[in-house]
Order: sequence, then structure tokens, then C-alpha cells
Amino acid sequence: MLDFLARVGRVFFAFLTAAGRLALFALNALSHCLRPPFYPRLMARQLIDIGYYSLPVVGLTALFTGMVLALQSNTGFSRVNAQGAIALIVAVAVTRELGPVIASLMVAGRIGAAMAAEIGTMRVTDQIDALTTLATNPFKYLVVPRLVAGTIAVPMLVLVADIIGIFGGFLVGTYKLNFNAAAYLGQTADYLHRDDVVSGLVKAAVFGFIIALMGCYHGYHSRGGAEGVGAATMYSVVSASILILVFDSALTNVLF
Amino acid sequence: MGSSPKIVIRGLKKSFGPKVVLDGIDLDIGERESLVVIGGSGSGKSVLVKCVLGLLEPDAGSIKIDGKEVIGMPVRERERLMQKFGMLFQGSALFDSLRVWENVAFGLIQGRGIERGAAREIALQKLGAVGLGPEVGELRPSELSGGMQKRVALARAIAAEPEIIIFDEPTTGLDPIMADVINDLIVDCVRDLGGTAVSITHDMASVRKIADRIAMIYKGRIIWSGAKAEMERSGNPYVDQFIHGRAEGPIKMEVRAL
Ligand SMILES: Nc1ncnc2c1ncn2[C@@H]1O[C@H](COP(=O)(O)OP(=O)(O)OP(=O)(O)O)[C@@H](O)[C@H]1O
Ligand SMILES: [Mg+2]
Repeated sequence: MLDFLARVGRVFFAFLTAAGRLALFALNALSHCLRPPFYPRLMARQLIDIGYYSLPVVGLTALFTGMVLALQSNTGFSRVNAQGAIALIVAVAVTRELGPVIASLMVAGRIGAAMAAEIGTMRVTDQIDALTTLATNPFKYLVVPRLVAGTIAVPMLVLVADIIGIFGGFLVGTYKLNFNAAAYLGQTADYLHRDDVVSGLVKAAVFGFIIALMGCYHGYHSRGGAEGVGAATMYSVVSASILILVFDSALTNVLF
Repeated sequence: MGSSPKIVIRGLKKSFGPKVVLDGIDLDIGERESLVVIGGSGSGKSVLVKCVLGLLEPDAGSIKIDGKEVIGMPVRERERLMQKFGMLFQGSALFDSLRVWENVAFGLIQGRGIERGAAREIALQKLGAVGLGPEVGELRPSELSGGMQKRVALARAIAAEPEIIIFDEPTTGLDPIMADVINDLIVDCVRDLGGTAVSITHDMASVRKIADRIAMIYKGRIIWSGAKAEMERSGNPYVDQFIHGRAEGPIKMEVRAL
């Protein structure tokens, strides 16, 4: 029994240590965000990598999410004769919830993993130490551009995902469920509030920060050659995905 | 040796978990001196120079550079101090996302704020000094052979003409002729730039060429140091065994028979 308690204690302690290290890393990175020198070129490259090159993946998932959502809500609502609410439910669910969460999960797999692998490789091949010896702060050069780009690019991606997702619902609604196109769009426009979109975008910004943070953190602390980099990549995706879901429920509670 | 030493190391200790790597290093490195650190594989030579550069945090001891304690120095000051250093990493550590000339010019552009065009000129000139033509400048590090990478890393280390240059195995992986060219280059660096050089090497030809003074590290301590001329008649059995590369002697390699 005592042995068991000791083990629980150790796990708990390890968890606290890890959380503390992560918090320190994040604070350190944030403080570097405010102090020059800045690297606008690197930031622009990250923005393009995250925002532009993720468009196909995110667009495709958003399209299918919107379509499936319309189909499933039709199944449910037809039982209570409430098909009129389909346009509304698609719009609200996509902008508030599914757009941000699904787009971010895709970006976590694509970008978070790439960040962890790149920074991790730089760590295990001494490239990060080399940056330091060339009088360049690795936090400013590697971490800050990614954090800033993640926080800016993911909301923009989610805005696109919102539009495509609603369009997916519209396609199913008009072609399969025989809604009148003008009526469907009219309902969407009437029932969708600005707050729905804004709260989704706020979430997206937080998720973008989390993705970049986990990618950088695990990459930065990776060690032990190719195996270590592989582990860092995996941890970055898993931890970012879990944190996205945790923060999603937390933010849904506090946001209007 | 000059009046006051450039780098003074006292009682430096570093362990990784239970493994003691540095166990009280005492070492002085004079201004404009070329010191060569020798010692067996895994004896902590790379760890020693990483501690000097602040890349690893020592467990105990003191390191003074130009009379100033650098352990526990504030981050900003440390960053400024880095301007004095150039480092050639054992594994080259070239940035594989950048072209070769951008690697060499990195310290000039980022560290010194020199404009790109001018930095490129300097970079190509330094590449020439290590025997690489301007066409190599446009390649990526992954397109180079190991020896070429090492030479690019050397060019990068000396590009900003630092006061203190650290070479971690500069000639390993090079053919004997190129190794000699690089040795000459290191000698020139120290003489022309008036810099202080700390080199790590196993290559005795290289030691004889570049060293003013030699320090031997064994079991986490400096067991012998002295001028190059004294090395051959040091009377120290460890040094003798090492410089003559004998398997028999006081240094036991921890290997078991097949
Ligand atoms: N980051 C690290 N974590 C754990 N152990 C390390 C680390 N870096 C070095 N070591 C250990 O410290 C010891 C000394 O390593 P170091 O790289 O300094 O050797 P070296 O003298 O440079 O050897 P070589 O001549 O082969 O390059 C080794 O036993 C190594 O296992
Ligand atoms: Mg070494």
C-alpha cells in the first residue's frame, strides 16, 4: 500500500515537474517575443508553411465535416420534425466547435510534428549550440517565429475551414436533402451570430499557440539521436492533441 | 604566455547522472596562445569546451574569461560574450536549412549585423581559405562530403575573426594533405588574427604543428600540461603512452577480449 502511494506520489511529482518546465519554457519564449532582435523573414516563412500549405488538408477535412454534420443532424432532427434547424446547427457547430478543433488537430499532425522533428534534429546534431556560439539566441531564432506564426496562421486557416465547412453542409442540404438553396443560405446568414465565429477564432489562436509550443518544446528538449527525435515528434502531436481538447472544453465554458 | 591568462579554469566539475566526466579541471589558457587538449576518447574533452562556452552548466568550479567570472553570468551578458568566440563542433553542426555560404556568413549577418552582400564576399573568401571554391557556396550542407562539411564548419568558426577559437577535432575525417592545410590555417589564425586557440585532437601530427602548449586530460583531470618541447620528455607515463599510441601502459582501455 505504501509502495503504491509512493508510486502515485512519484508520478504526480514528475507531472508537476514537467508542467513547471513547460511553463518556464513558454514564459521564456513569450519574454523573447517582446525583445528585439526579431526575425520577420523566418516568421513569414513559418506563416506560409502553416497557413498556406495546410490549406488543402484543412479544407478537405472541413468540407467532409460539414457534409457529415448535415447528414447526421438530418437523421436526428427528422425524428422530431425539426429539419428546419439543420442550417443553423451546421453553422453553429462548425464555427464554434468543429472548425477550430478539427483544423487544429490536422495542423498539430502536420506542423507540430514537423517543428518537433526539425528543432529536434538541430538539437541532437549540435546546431542549436552552434546558433548560440554564433551569438544568436535560439529562442528568438527558432521558437519565437514559430509561436507567433502558429498563433496568427491557425485562426486564418479556421476562418477558411468555417466557410468550407458551411459550404459542405450546404451541398448536402441542397443536393441530398432537397433544401431550397436560397432558403438554406438565408437561414445560415440569419441564425449565425458574429460571436459564434469570433469565439471559434479565439479558440483557434489558443490552439495555434499550443501546437507551436508543443512542437518547439519537445524538439528543443529532445536528445539521443534519431530515436529521440522520433519520440519528440510523437510527444508533440499527442500532447498538442490532448491539450487542444482540454483547452477546448475549458474555453467553451468561459467564452460567451 | 602573456601577462594575464585569457581563460582561467579552476576546480571545474561536471557529471551526467552518476557518471563523473570532469572531476576538478584546473587549466590556464594564455592570451594569443594555442593550447591543444589531448586525451582518450570519452575523456570529456568536448564536455570541457562546452562548459567554457556555456553550452553545458558545470556542477562546480569557476571559469574566468578576461578576468571575468562567466559561470552564472546573466543571459544578455553571456550573449555578448559569445561574440568573442568561434567554435568548430566535432560533428560540424552546419545548419542544413541554409546554403553553405549562408552558414559561413551566419555569424557576420546575425551576430555582427553586416549586410548580406558584404557578408557573402567574406564568406566566399573564407571558403577559399579552406580549399572550397565559390560554387560550393551555393550548395546545401547535405550535398557535401564529411571532410568538406568539416572545412565549411571551420570557415564558419573563423569567419567573424573571434578572439578565442575552439576547434573540436578539426582534422578528423580529412585526408593527410588537407589535414596539414587545415593545421597551417589554424596556425595562421592564431598568428594573424592574434587569437587564442583551444584545439582538441587525437592527431599527433596536428598536435606537433599547432600547439604552443599541450594539456592532457585523464579521468576528469588535467594530469599533465606543458610546452610542446617538453612533451617528448615529460617523464609522464600517461603522456608517453598517449603520444606514442601504445596499447600497453598505465591507461587501460576498458575492452574485453573477443
Ligand atoms: N549530453 C550528455 N549527456 C550524458 N552524457 C554525456 C553527454 N555529453 C557527454 N556525455 C558523456 O561524457 C563523456 C565525455 O564525453 P565527450 O564528448 O566530452 O568525450 P570526448 O573526450 O570529446 O571524446 P571524443 O574524443 O571521442 O570526442 C562520455 O562518456 C559521454 O558519454
Ligand atoms: Mg569530443
